[in-house]
Amino acid sequence: MTALVIAEHDNASIKGATLNAVTAAKAIGGDVHVLVAGHNAGAAAQAAAQIAGVSKVLHADSDAYAHGLAENVAALVESLAGNYSHILFPATASGKNIAPRVAAKLDVAQISDITKVDSPDTFERPIYAGNAIATVQSSDGVKVITVRTTGFDAAAATGGSAAVETVQGPAASGKSTFVGAEIAKNDRPELTAAKVVVSGGRALGSAEKFQEVMTPLADKLGAAIGASRAAVDAGYAPNDLQVGQTGKIVAPQLYIAAGISGAIQHLAGMKDSKVIVAINKDPEAPIFSVADYGLEADLFTAVPELVKAL
Amino acid sequence: MKALVAVKRVVDYNVKVRVKSDGTGVDTANVKMSMNPFDEIAVEEAVRLKEKGVVTEIIAVSAGPAQAQETLRTAMAIGADRGILIETTEELQPLAVAKLLKALVDKEQPQIIILGKQAIDDDANQTGQMLAALADLPQATFANKVEIEGDKAKVTREVDGGLETLSVSLPAVITTDLRLNEPRYVTLPNIMKAKKKQLDTVKPEDLGVDVKPRLKTLKVSEPPKRGAGIKVPDVATLVDKLKNEAKVI
Repeated sequence: MTALVIAEHDNASIKGATLNAVTAAKAIGGDVHVLVAGHNAGAAAQAAAQIAGVSKVLHADSDAYAHGLAENVAALVESLAGNYSHILFPATASGKNIAPRVAAKLDVAQISDITKVDSPDTFERPIYAGNAIATVQSSDGVKVITVRTTGFDAAAATGGSAAVETVQGPAASGKSTFVGAEIAKNDRPELTAAKVVVSGGRALGSAEKFQEVMTPLADKLGAAIGASRAAVDAGYAPNDLQVGQTGKIVAPQLYIAAGISGAIQHLAGMKDSKVIVAINKDPEAPIFSVADYGLEADLFTAVPELVKAL
Repeated sequence: MKALVAVKRVVDYNVKVRVKSDGTGVDTANVKMSMNPFDEIAVEEAVRLKEKGVVTEIIAVSAGPAQAQETLRTAMAIGADRGILIETTEELQPLAVAKLLKALVDKEQPQIIILGKQAIDDDANQTGQMLAALADLPQATFANKVEIEGDKAKVTREVDGGLETLSVSLPAVITTDLRLNEPRYVTLPNIMKAKKKQLDTVKPEDLGVDVKPRLKTLKVSEPPKRGAGIKVPDVATLVDKLKNEAKVI
């Protein structure tokens, strides 16, 4: 029984979500291998070899894998699948894009967003926006899985010494090409990995106010900034800050929700946070039902006051 | 060109679902059902492509019990030209749905296939990708913007950290993200018109697809409840609690 974890990386280093997926792979019980597919990603492959508990790193280097196109990466993973009992992806935009394609090519079901490994064939996963937890058993020969990163601790990024083996995969499909990307510049901790997250909602009223009120609080706490769907839809914050069922799932030590009412879909993205603080004018806001500490106040006075008091 | 849009009947997104006490699933009896919100966005996008003159015919497809006809009628009220119901009372998992859709793609030969990025009941986010794999088509998931340029689609996708743009050759599978468009409201005259549109029913056997579930659900349980919180009177108390009681700052 050997598990293959598909690494997410930026060519130079391994992204955090991969480390959580490695922990899930270890929980399954066999050897853990990591696949680093990319173009000029040798440094990322070396970094993967350092991850504690990884026994082998497969490194596939080709311009076909440069931008993680699903068609090409899935074909590569499919070509390697014969050696593995489990194939795990972090449940990130990239993992969710590729994993089902691999599963369908192998004619197996895919298990999305697992939060717990009960046994090598039985897993827990949230359904209905996290309002129910399903325990599912797979009878397929290969289990293709995406791992909800907040469900597993990160494996240590150092301490391992796995061998790096070069593998060849199929050529590019030619059916898709990468045109370009607009990745937001961000000096803050990554939203899904941050210890503290401060999130703003529609009550902030404008993009300027969002920046003006939330940024000092995030700076003070060394926090990542998140947003509700309402704030994103209104253009107060970029899409990739959205926390919720259809955005990012976070589980920080401290989550501060300012001006967020707390719709089911938002709660799905943050209710596993250790401590939740809600700041809202409306005493009836559903967010107060999950908040450990609720402050019924106008956020435009309470948040600056909080920044000063910290 | 022809567009195929897949729609799913799900528990309405505003309903707070309840887990059945015997742990076999979620209570869906007498609960309001609606079209999966991402699928409304998919239908809307197809209709907009038709309004631009890119698409000539829109076929809406749903797989599930007879009641899924209502979901197809909604799709036709938004602007789909005809509907196909793949009727079954079996539990359908994404791989089975992808195989059913693959059979219809083979038959109808659409140039563009649009699905929602995920259904809000099983939260799987798999069917579009699986269909693309089975039909050996390129995929553009989590679409935020779609432009058809000749025999290619230029699709901007929502990815972690921002947006990326791909060019995929048609036919292709596209899955919709929230911000692709704002679906229109269906009007009464269009609901009436939709009743007259063609709706065909087929069975999974007719398509030669085995829909047997691959994953067995052993149990469905309530998520752990959070302990009751407290309200604090002012910011000073809040800071004190966070420092000394919760010890998170």
